[in-house]
Amino acid sequence: MNFLGAVRDTWVMSVRNLRRYIRLPQLLFFSSVQPIMFLLLFNYVFGGALGSSVRIPGIKYIDFLLPGILVQMVMFGGVQTGIGLADDMGKGIVDRFRSLPMSRLAVVAGRTFADVVRNLTVIAIMIAVGYLIGFRFNSALAALGMVAIALLFGYALSWVFAFIGMMAKDSETAQLASFVFIFPLTFASGVFVPIQTMPSWLQVFVRNQPVTFIAEASRQLALGVNEQGAIWKTIVWVIGLLAVFVPLAMWQYKRRVS
Amino acid sequence: MQHAFDLKDITKHFGAVKALNGVTLHSDEGKVFALLGPNGAGKTTIVRILSTLLEPSSGSALVHGLDVVKKPKEVREIIGLAGQYAAVDEFQTGFENIYMVGLLYGLKRADARKRSHELIERLGLSKAADRQVKTYSGGMRRRLDLGASLVGQPKILFLDEPTTGLDPGSRQSIWQIVHELIDQGTSILLTTQYLEEADELADTIAVVDEGKVIAEGTSDQLKSRLGGDTIEFQLESIKDLSSAEEVVKSVAKSSPDFNQDTLVMRIPVHNGSKDLMVLVEKLNRAKLNVNALSLHRPSLDDVFLALTGNRTQSQESEQPKNKKRMKR
Repeated sequence: MNFLGAVRDTWVMSVRNLRRYIRLPQLLFFSSVQPIMFLLLFNYVFGGALGSSVRIPGIKYIDFLLPGILVQMVMFGGVQTGIGLADDMGKGIVDRFRSLPMSRLAVVAGRTFADVVRNLTVIAIMIAVGYLIGFRFNSALAALGMVAIALLFGYALSWVFAFIGMMAKDSETAQLASFVFIFPLTFASGVFVPIQTMPSWLQVFVRNQPVTFIAEASRQLALGVNEQGAIWKTIVWVIGLLAVFVPLAMWQYKRRVS
Repeated sequence: MQHAFDLKDITKHFGAVKALNGVTLHSDEGKVFALLGPNGAGKTTIVRILSTLLEPSSGSALVHGLDVVKKPKEVREIIGLAGQYAAVDEFQTGFENIYMVGLLYGLKRADARKRSHELIERLGLSKAADRQVKTYSGGMRRRLDLGASLVGQPKILFLDEPTTGLDPGSRQSIWQIVHELIDQGTSILLTTQYLEEADELADTIAVVDEGKVIAEGTSDQLKSRLGGDTIEFQLESIKDLSSAEEVVKSVAKSSPDFNQDTLVMRIPVHNGSKDLMVLVEKLNRAKLNVNALSLHRPSLDDVFLALTGNRTQSQESEQPKNKKRMKR
C-alpha cells in the first residue's frame, strides 16, 4: 500500500466516522454534556472548598480547573474510539473492510482522526462555557497551545483505547475495560486539586503519571508559564504512546477474528 | 483454463476445534459453485479463507491463481464479498455506503460515483438511495450489501448465505441479480443451507459437513446418487397395511417405508411414471382406497439427508423414531 493510498483510505474512513457524529447529534451532545457537568460541578460545588487550596497567587479556581478538565475530557472521549471500534469489529462491516484492497491502517487511523475532530468540537464548546463562567486565557497563543496539547494527548489516547476496544469482545466490555484505566488516572492526578493536598504515598504515583503533567502542561500553556518542562514531558509521552500503541492496535486489527 | 479458485487439502483449526479437515475443491472461471451444508459445517470458514479474512492452518488456497496467504492484496483487488450479515453502515445512506466501498477499491471519485448510481438503480434502490440504511428492510440491506461487493467489478464473487433469513420475495430479487451476474460471466462461490438455492443457481455443488466435503457434483449427479424415484400414498386405515404391502411388492425395487402415525407409505421404484400406472391399476384391482397418491423425483433435500445420515434439519428428531423399516 503506497503512502498516498493510505492517506486517501484514512480520509474515506474519517468521513464515514464523522458522518456518524453528524447523523447522531446526540452522540456529540452527550460527549459535551458530561465534561460540562464536571466543569460546573467542580467549579460551583467543590470550587469554594478546593479553590482556597489552590495557593497560586492571583489564579482563580476556574483557571486552574478548565485546562485540567480538557485533559479529562479527551480521556473520556478516547473511550468512544474504543467503543466505536469494538462495535465495528462485532458487526460484518470490518470483514468487508478487511476483504478490500485498502490500507490496513485506515480503519483505525480514520477512526482516531475523526475523534480528533470530535475532540476539537467539544473543546470549543467547553472553552465557550468556561468563558461564560469566568475562565480567561493569558494570550491567544496560550489558547492555541492548550488546545493543541489536549488534542495531541487525545489522539495518542485514541490509539490506546483503539487497542483496548479491539481486544474486548464487545462494546460494553470495551467501555468497562477502558474505565478501569481512566478513573485512577484522571482522579488520582493534578486535574482537580493540587498534588500537595494528597498523602505522600499517593503523591509518588500522582507526580509520575502522565495525566498530572499533561494537565500541568495544559494549565501552564493557558496561564502562559513554562517552568517544569511539563510541555516537553507531554510531547515525549504522546510520541511514546503512539510508538507503542499504533503498532499494537494494528497488530490487533489484523489478528482479531470477528 | 484458469481456476476461479483452487483449494488443496485445506485445514483450519481454532484451538482444539477443527473447522476444516482437509478440503480440496476447485471451480472453473465463469462458473457458479455452491457449498451446501448445515450451520457449522465449515462453509463460512472456506469463504473467509478465500476472501483473505482467515489464514488456513495448512494447505493452499488460490484465487485466480493467486495465493491468498502470499498475495492477499492482489486477491482483494479481484474479489467481492457479500456476507450473511449485511455489512453496511446504518447511519450512512445507501449511496454513501456503495460509494465509500468504491473509493476503498481504489476507484477514482467520478468512477465510484457513476458505478454507485448504476448499481443503486440495478438493485432497485433508487428511491431509497439517499435514505439512511437504518430505515431499510432486511431485504434492502442484503441487496445493498451485494451492491457494495460489486462496485469493484470483481472477477470472483463470494456470497456467504446471501438469502438466509429473507422472505421469498427478497430471495427472488437476490436470485435475479445473481442470474444477471452469471450471464455476465462472473465466477461465483455461494454458500447456502437451502438446497433449492444451490439447485437454482449452481453449476457444481459440494456438500460440506463437519469440515469435510462429503459429495461433489452437478445437481443431477447428486440426485442420481439416490437412484431414482419414489411413489407415495396414504392408507385410509392401518388395517389395509398387509394388503398394501402385497400390492406394492411387484413395483418396489427395495423395501418401502411406512410411517405408522401418518399412514404414509413410500415406495422406491425404477421408473416413476410407468410404475405409477401399474400401481394404480393394482390398487384398483385390490379395491384399496388410498389418499394423496404422488410421484416424487429426488430433491436435493433427499440427497442431503442421505449423505449426512438423517442427522440434520427438521428430520433430526422425528425420522428415526416414527419410521419403521418394513421387511419383505
